[in-house]
Amino acid sequence: MTKIKSLFISLLLTLGVSSAIAGSHGSTLDLVKDRGFLKCGSNTGLAGFGLPNDDGVWEGIDVDVCRAVAAAVFGDASKVEYVPTTSKVRFTVLQSGEVDMLSRNTTWTLQRDVELGLEFVGVNYYDGQGFMVPASLGVSSASELDGASVCIQVGTTTEMNLADFFSANGMSYEAVPVETNSEADAAYTAGRCDVYTTDASGLYASRAGYPDPSAHVVLPEIVSKEPLGPSVRHGDSAWADIVRWSLNAMIIGEEKGITSANVDEMKNSKDPEVLRLLGVNQVGDTGAGYGQWLNLSDDWAYNILQQVGNYSESFERHIGPNTPINIQRGLNALYKDGGILYAPPFR
Amino acid sequence: MTSNPLRKLLFDEKIRSIWIQALIVGLFAFLVYTVSQTTAYNLEKRGIGTGFEFLQMSAGYDISFSLIDFTSKDTHLRAYFVGVLNTLLVSVTGIFLATILGFLVGVIRLSSNWLFRNIAYVYVEFTRNVPVLLQIILWYSILIHLPKVKQAVQFLEYFYLTNRGLYSPSPIFLEGFRFVAWSFVIAIIFTSFLKKYLKKKQNITGNQYPIFYINSAIIIFTPILIFYIMGMPMEFSHPVIKGFNFQGGMVLRPEFMGMLLGLSIYTAAFISETVRSGIMAVSKGQREASQALGLKSNFIMRLIIIPQALRVIIPPLTSQYLNLTKNSSLGIAIGYSDLVHGFGGISLNQTGKAIEIMLIVMVTYLIMSLTISLLMNIYNRTVQFKGNA
Repeated sequence: MTKIKSLFISLLLTLGVSSAIAGSHGSTLDLVKDRGFLKCGSNTGLAGFGLPNDDGVWEGIDVDVCRAVAAAVFGDASKVEYVPTTSKVRFTVLQSGEVDMLSRNTTWTLQRDVELGLEFVGVNYYDGQGFMVPASLGVSSASELDGASVCIQVGTTTEMNLADFFSANGMSYEAVPVETNSEADAAYTAGRCDVYTTDASGLYASRAGYPDPSAHVVLPEIVSKEPLGPSVRHGDSAWADIVRWSLNAMIIGEEKGITSANVDEMKNSKDPEVLRLLGVNQVGDTGAGYGQWLNLSDDWAYNILQQVGNYSESFERHIGPNTPINIQRGLNALYKDGGILYAPPFR
Repeated sequence: MTSNPLRKLLFDEKIRSIWIQALIVGLFAFLVYTVSQTTAYNLEKRGIGTGFEFLQMSAGYDISFSLIDFTSKDTHLRAYFVGVLNTLLVSVTGIFLATILGFLVGVIRLSSNWLFRNIAYVYVEFTRNVPVLLQIILWYSILIHLPKVKQAVQFLEYFYLTNRGLYSPSPIFLEGFRFVAWSFVIAIIFTSFLKKYLKKKQNITGNQYPIFYINSAIIIFTPILIFYIMGMPMEFSHPVIKGFNFQGGMVLRPEFMGMLLGLSIYTAAFISETVRSGIMAVSKGQREASQALGLKSNFIMRLIIIPQALRVIIPPLTSQYLNLTKNSSLGIAIGYSDLVHGFGGISLNQTGKAIEIMLIVMVTYLIMSLTISLLMNIYNRTVQFKGNA
């Protein structure tokens, strides 16, 4: 009888625990604060965007968004736990509450924003799908790829763009679908396929890791719009605002010339927007700064710029022309500099 | 100590077991209900759409390795069928190869030849003790490092081996070929009757006939004869390099070959052990008795040992077949477009319907496995000992 009794008790406990998990839904900000660190869904490994370095510390421009949010919430950019997600499980991981936000080269689309219950809060990299081929193939345009074998990393918008591009141009191809970036690299370098297609940023990142990067060319055609950005669960707008404005703070930082090096000097700036951003100026004469609207401390943006730096710093550090990835700013330059990067005013 | 109904409820073994079982079933039902309700509630709260309408939506992606025509404009439902067929293709061919190889190795392990016996032993111990996923990846890596298309290895004139697959000519059937096909079917039906007739005759007269050779000859030569009579109604499409790839002909892709080799070589090791144990389970006296009767050694194997060994072999063999079928889902590791990779992977990501798609995929595997079990159980019944033991 004792056996049966303990069985019943454990059963009841299981039920109790599962309904307790189902029942917990406070605000994400409180949850994160109580926990003491941010859980951020990252890539499983994409050089320049999200990849642990030799010391096991995560680095990249996607990772910097997580760090910015941690800096805003805790005043400490290192209070992040990274949860590596494949492109297949990323949405489920976010939906189920296993992570607080997702920052891992994810394209903002209508379906993901609306039907999958996600909330995209901005764009941290304007990308587009490109094609990479070995230079020895002598191909100079994607329209010469009729009949080619194409390696695709699945679980992305990539395979749909590819299908559309080839059928629109009346060309045929053999699809070689592979699961991860590294498998795609292996298949492509072994010559299993002639072409490797994914977001152009991913192609640059992959190419940087090849034994001879100059033996591969990224073709000029960009066949899709891929605005990559961080996302959160739908339904907690206050949390979405925090992530959105953490990213915006980095962009405004670049616009105003605030860097991690000069952020303290900038506190003496005469530009009221800079002063509002850095928490020097208050809202009217309430005695409180702009952090109150987000339920954060007033120096939240100061912490971001001091610890993570502005957008340009993040870009140059991880994927800019001085890194092995070697990507030009292009579309990702500020609107003043010929790009389309544009943050709403901080007021 | 009269029969108090309350005491009976607690101490009567029969009644007690009934209410305990009812309670457990009830609790289980409650658990399932709660979990599904919680899931539905949470999905709705997070604004995630549910339902199976997505099956009718166009898939938007291409599957190049497919037994039926498939383009990006076809529905997710059709992508599902493509996946099911590809899973069945690799499972069935894998089971076929693994069975042949397994029986062969199992018999060789009992051979008196020291070298063969030990080669088989090393093979079994190696493949059985290394995870099948690694073996599949190994085979695939070897296959994609074969010569590239432009340096294809040509053999038997029309066959090309490359790291994009093995290209071979494909037959094109012309008008009149159906007569050849029909003659083949008729030959098979005819030989089954012939076999019955000759067996009967053998039972009456005691004369033995080489039934196997006669029937094989009929089945092979009838279609060939008709083929020539009809004026060879078949042509071949040969693979030719055009642009990036070979065009025309047929191709066995490295993804498929990698899966097939990995799965069948791995499973064959287990099957060979099953076969060995089955043969060894037949008591020594059986062999000695048949030798005493003066039977030839291949007759002893075929008529005495194997039929008795099969009774032991079939049940564990069934579970090896089930394992192989389920292991075919590892195709995802090397990009083989099976059910899990295509429908369960790409469609899932396009539509975000994780619960619905996983349910469909699970039920499909369940149906496949149950079908294999059913067929094997039917076969098992035919080989079991009949009559009083």
